[in-house]
Formats: sequence, C-alpha cells, structure tokens
Amino acid sequence: MKIIIIDDEPLARSIIREYLQFHPELELIAECGDGFEGVKAIQQHQPDLIFLDIQMPKINGFEMLELIEEPPAVIFTTAFDEYAIKAFESHAVDYLLKPFSRDRFEKALSKLSTVKTKDNKEQLAPLINSVLSSPGEQQRVVVKLSGKIRIIPVDDIYFLEAADDYVKIHTRDGSFLKNKTMGHFESALNKNQFVRTHRSYMVNISEITRIDPYEKDAHLALLKSGARVPVSKTGYGKLKSVLGL
Amino acid sequence: MARSPISVSKFRNNFFGSWLVWSVLHALLIMGYGYSLNIAATDSLVTNGLLMTACWVISNILRYYLPYKDRYFFVLLLCITFSLTVNALSKFILNLILIDPENTLYILFLTKAYWIRLGIAFLLIGCMSVICVLWYTHEEDAENRQRKNDAEKLSRDAELYKLRQQLQPHFLFNSLNSISALIGSDPVQARKMIHQLSDFLRTTLRKEDEQWVKMEEELQSLELYLEIEKVRFGHRLSTSIVKDEKSLQMLIPPMLLQPIVENAIKFGLYDTTENVTIFISVKTEDDALKVMVQNPFDPETSTPRQGTGFGLNSVMRRLYLLFARTDLVETSSKDNVFTTIINIPRHENYHH
Repeated sequence: MKIIIIDDEPLARSIIREYLQFHPELELIAECGDGFEGVKAIQQHQPDLIFLDIQMPKINGFEMLELIEEPPAVIFTTAFDEYAIKAFESHAVDYLLKPFSRDRFEKALSKLSTVKTKDNKEQLAPLINSVLSSPGEQQRVVVKLSGKIRIIPVDDIYFLEAADDYVKIHTRDGSFLKNKTMGHFESALNKNQFVRTHRSYMVNISEITRIDPYEKDAHLALLKSGARVPVSKTGYGKLKSVLGL
Repeated sequence: MARSPISVSKFRNNFFGSWLVWSVLHALLIMGYGYSLNIAATDSLVTNGLLMTACWVISNILRYYLPYKDRYFFVLLLCITFSLTVNALSKFILNLILIDPENTLYILFLTKAYWIRLGIAFLLIGCMSVICVLWYTHEEDAENRQRKNDAEKLSRDAELYKLRQQLQPHFLFNSLNSISALIGSDPVQARKMIHQLSDFLRTTLRKEDEQWVKMEEELQSLELYLEIEKVRFGHRLSTSIVKDEKSLQMLIPPMLLQPIVENAIKFGLYDTTENVTIFISVKTEDDALKVMVQNPFDPETSTPRQGTGFGLNSVMRRLYLLFARTDLVETSSKDNVFTTIINIPRHENYHH
C-alpha cells in the first residue's frame, strides 16, 4: 500500500513517518510540504492512502482534494479547527487530532481497512462540498489549468457560465473550468455580489455597466469587459432586487 | 447614602459660626428695644436653638427623601410647618421661662412680634432647605457619575482582558505535536521546546495582571514565540529583529504586539510556499515607541482587506481604549511586503 504525507510542518510529517515504521506493508513514497506538491505527487504516484493536514500554505487540504479527480483514501490530521472537525463528524470521516498517540494512529488505520466500502470520491465529495461552500462565504476558487494550480479571488470573477458537467469561470486572465455545478456556486458565493441571471449564467454585479432589453422578456447585461451575459425574465427580477431598482 | 452637609467639617464650622453671629445679633436687637441682657439672651438662645434643631431635622429629612423637580412644593410645606412649629414652641417656652410679672412688657412685645418672627424663621429654614436640596442633588450626581465611571472602567478592563487572550489553540496544539515528534528523534531539542513553550505560556499568563510592561520583556516573549514557530516550520521561517537600548526601557501594554506578529506569520507562512523572513524593528521616535513588523505576502491571492484581519483590529481597539486615538496603527503593502507600524505614545510611568 502506497502512502503520501502532506503537511507543511516537517515535525508533523516526521511523527507519522515514525509511526509508519511499525507497518512494513505500508510504503511511504512521498512527503509534501504544501497542496501544490501534494497534487503533483498524487498524480505521479497514485497512492492508496494520504495523510492530509488541513491548514497549509496557499491552498488548504480540502481545496487540494477538490483538484484531484480520483482521490485516494484520506486520513485528515489537524491541530485545532472546530469547523472542519464538525464536518468530519457529520460525514463520518475519521481524523487525527494533533498531537495523536500511536494507539490512536493504529485505530485510524484499522478503521480504514475494515469500514472502507464506498468509493473514495463518493465518500469525500460531500465533505469537501460542505466545508468549502459554507453558504455565501466562498472567498476564492482554486482551479487547475494544464497542470498549473491557480487561486482566483471571487472579486476577480466576471461571470460564470455552465458548460456540460463543468462551470466556466470567466476572469481578466481568461476562463477556467471547474468541476462543479451552477447550483454549488449559487449557494457558495455571496448573494449580494453574484446573481444567477439565467439558468446557465451567474454574474458579478459590480462588473455590470448596462442592462439592455433583448427579445421578448429577456435582457442582456453588458459587462465592463465587453462581454454580454443573457438575463432571463426571472433573472431580471433577481437582478433588480439585488441592485435595489 | 449621601453624606449630610453637617457631617462635613467645613460646612459645620460655617453653620455654627453663622449661628453664633446670628444669635448675638438677635440678642443685641432685643437689647436695643430696652430689655435686659438676661431676657435678650434667653430669647435668642431659645429661638435660635429651636431654629438650629429644625435645620438639623430638615437636613436629615431631605437626606432620606430628596424631592425631584415636580415635588418641590413638599420642601415649601416642610418649611412652613417647621417655621410655625418653631415659632409656637419658642413663644410657649419663653412664656414659660419669663413668666415673672416684671416681664409683662416683654411678653407683650413677643406677642406683637409674632409675624416678624415667623417670617424670619421661615426665611432661615427655607434657606437651609434650599442649601440641603442643592447639596444632596449634587452628592447624588457625583455618586451616579462615580458609578458610571466604575462601570465603564470595569467593562473596559474586561474587554482589554478578552483582547489579550490572543493565544491561538492552533499554535498550542501544533507545538505540542512538534514536541511529540521531537521526543522520538531529538529528545534534547524536545526538552528545550517544552521549556520555551512553558516560558512563553508563563509570560502570557503573568502579563494578564499587568497594565504595562517594559518593551524588553515584551520582546523577550515575542522571541520565545518566534523560536517555537521556527522549530515548527523548520527552515521556512527566519526572523530579523532590530532594537535600540532606549526603546527597550519604554513601557507598552502587554501582549500588544503578539497578534501583529501572529498575523505576520499567518500571512507570511500560509500565503506563500517559499521561505519567509519576518522583520521586526523597535525604535523611539519623538518620545513614542515605533514598532514595525514586516512580512512577505502574495498580492495575487490576498487582498489588502484580508491583511487587516482580526489580529490588527484587536490591537487597534486596545490602543483606542488606552489612548482614545485611532491613528496609532498604520499598514501598507509594497513589493509583496506587508508592513504594520504601531505607534505607542509614552506612558506617564516611564522608567528612567
């Protein structure tokens, strides 16, 4: 079984390494100091299990997991994060609270081999969604474009566009695809900043310069960038109430 | 309960002094009408003795029952009642004492002077009542003001206490985790870190009782904190501290800089993946302490708004509570470096 440890503190990694010595069947293949290295190492080595810290530089453990299409099994480690712990509890995901004993570590390992029935992705997706989309509070979106990870502050987003199973995020620096639904963004982003103007569109209202009528009941929003975003009849109503018209 | 004006020595001396002068004048006046010293003295002592007793009683009544604006008629009623009583009593007593037939003229004089005596008694008692009302109203105001001040001070202390409770559980548990790891690999270093952590915790606990500490002590506990963080983050974190002798002797509110440095660490270490240097400089400028903390940050992902997080807000609030000024914290960002400058005005208990 292949293992990767992802934690920004060297000593926190070393204690897991120490505990792993008692398990010759577990092969430690990489140690990573942040989420960027983590994504790379997971793609490269396809581990079976990762030990994942939550608070890490640039992107946190959840944001990192979100970028991985076929995630391995995960044992989360954290020192103190009430919010995440609540999420672990409610999604029945095991986690280690630092500092943890070897007994506790062994328990987590054995639990993993006995309880594991579901597919990793199936098990982790609801947890990640619930942690990363506390309603109206998402401050940034982490995306991956041809192997490079980008962090987009939500203020930089012009508008969002549905594209099959993805959402296309349009920004000054171009557009990025994110494996999420429009519904997800509608609940995660601040409702006073982003309005779902159309079944397939969501717009940052501070980018709107003009709203023109367009066919029957529909409208078109003109953005500072020059882009035009469709506004449906119900979308127009929402837009008017947010803008206070 | 408010003090009675008579219990204040200055007021009491004036009161008895005036009373004495008034009694002498009273006696002289009676003598001026051709009556003997004996009669004049008796009259003056009885009348003014009763008046004084009335004044004392009134001052006590008003002490326990102070009427408010719409109830001032009560004071008037009190004065009228007391003047009538005093007058009737003095007439009765004087009649009783000076019953001798040779004093018939005086008794007649006493009866004739009834209205004048009543008027004078009313004026004196009224005067005393007004003084008492003013006195007690003032006392009550002072008491209320004191209470308000006390309450404000209490809530301010509580708030300051809360703001000082900046120690992050995250820091504590991660440090314990580092120690746990070191015990296996480097017991000597583990022991050293336990001592550092204990010293740091002790300083933060001890400081809770103190209003002001020397910059030297504050810097020592910051250095302890940074040493612990260096063990946690390994080679990624380094620090550079510049200080001058004079500044070390200046006084600052305890744990004021802690949240600033925590902020710097947070943004320096969690906002970049590179190695990070936290720069701290402490100097004295125009008699005020000027502390500068610098950390690298990534302008692409963190907005200036995030830079002024809770840590900075709590520092601003504390400085406002202590100095009633909002301009003591400055922040700026340039070339991927975030700078926080704190100005701490000189404290009056400056140690020389």
